[in-house]
Amino acid sequence: MHETDMTKALIITVRDWWASQPERPEVSKIHLIVGQFTCVEPASLQFAFEVQTRGTFLAGAELVIQETPLIAFCQACASEYRPEIGLHYACPSCHAPMDDIRSGRELKIDRIEYGKTPCIKPLTKP
Amino acid sequence: MHQTFDEALGINLLHANQEGADHNRAHFDEWDITCLNIMSSPGAGKTALLEKTLAALSPELNIAVIEGDMTTELDADRLRQYGVPVIAINTGRSCHLDARMVAGGIHQLKHQHNPANFDLVLVENVGNLVCPAEFEVGEHGKVALLSVTEGEDKPLKYPVMFREADVLLITKTDLAPYLDVDLNQIVANARQINPQVKIIPVSAKTGEGLAVWFDWIRAAVGKTSPQLVSSAEGA
Repeated sequence: MHETDMTKALIITVRDWWASQPERPEVSKIHLIVGQFTCVEPASLQFAFEVQTRGTFLAGAELVIQETPLIAFCQACASEYRPEIGLHYACPSCHAPMDDIRSGRELKIDRIEYGKTPCIKPLTKP
Repeated sequence: MHQTFDEALGINLLHANQEGADHNRAHFDEWDITCLNIMSSPGAGKTALLEKTLAALSPELNIAVIEGDMTTELDADRLRQYGVPVIAINTGRSCHLDARMVAGGIHQLKHQHNPANFDLVLVENVGNLVCPAEFEVGEHGKVALLSVTEGEDKPLKYPVMFREADVLLITKTDLAPYLDVDLNQIVANARQINPQVKIIPVSAKTGEGLAVWFDWIRAAVGKTSPQLVSSAEGA
């Protein structure tokens, strides 16, 4: 379950960002981009995220995973194609091997959505 | 009133591991060591290959092994018989080595030996065709093993591992006559995913192909940038 390790890395990165914010905002959504040509299973990532964020500053935050398809570029045909993962990777027209990968290897924390409730701090008592 | 804000981060999920891997590689480069990350499914023959490699090359190269064994020192003990330093990293239940674990191994190596004396560090990863492919440890080259008993379709099913590999050793070729396995199909499937990969069929039992593998290592040693390791393929 390497998704556990990846989730740990994700939480640490977001925590560093959060700690650098003066107002420690409430994180509502974390957007990830996960390519289909990686060893990451989005469902496992969701599960690990839910378990690991319980009782932390990220409790209740939503993990939004955008998957990107595997897209290769065939030099000979000068065109992009979508290999069928698990079955076929060579160019469907000229059968050249999959050389240039244009999309599908992404594994990225894209952006964070957070709420800023206006600071209504109780006045310090005299 | 609740306003929503947005902050673009664009940080790689494996950023921390990548930094650690780069740090490890900088150490290897400083000591002029070539590091190879050896990966396969459990039982493909990583340890048997290392035994043959140490027996053949330890007289001419100074080699150390970083051994990722899940809970035991069985593999490490097998390799220590060849008189080379074997640092066993107990990975617990982890399914892969990561840069931090290998950094621990490098530290041990540094304390027990003069690291500048070594030419080659072989990292034996945890047996797994999935995760080790995503976690760099600071290697200059990735070596994948696939035994003939695993079937021709494995490169298609675990493509990331075979895509990332610089060398693919098809192991246990001595068993091929007893199996309904087509070696050419394994090669064709691997090539579909990785046209640049150097493919060497080997048998640790009969010695077939091992000379080619040893020559590949000889060419890779001392050339510590990944590009140079790749260019050693032509040798």
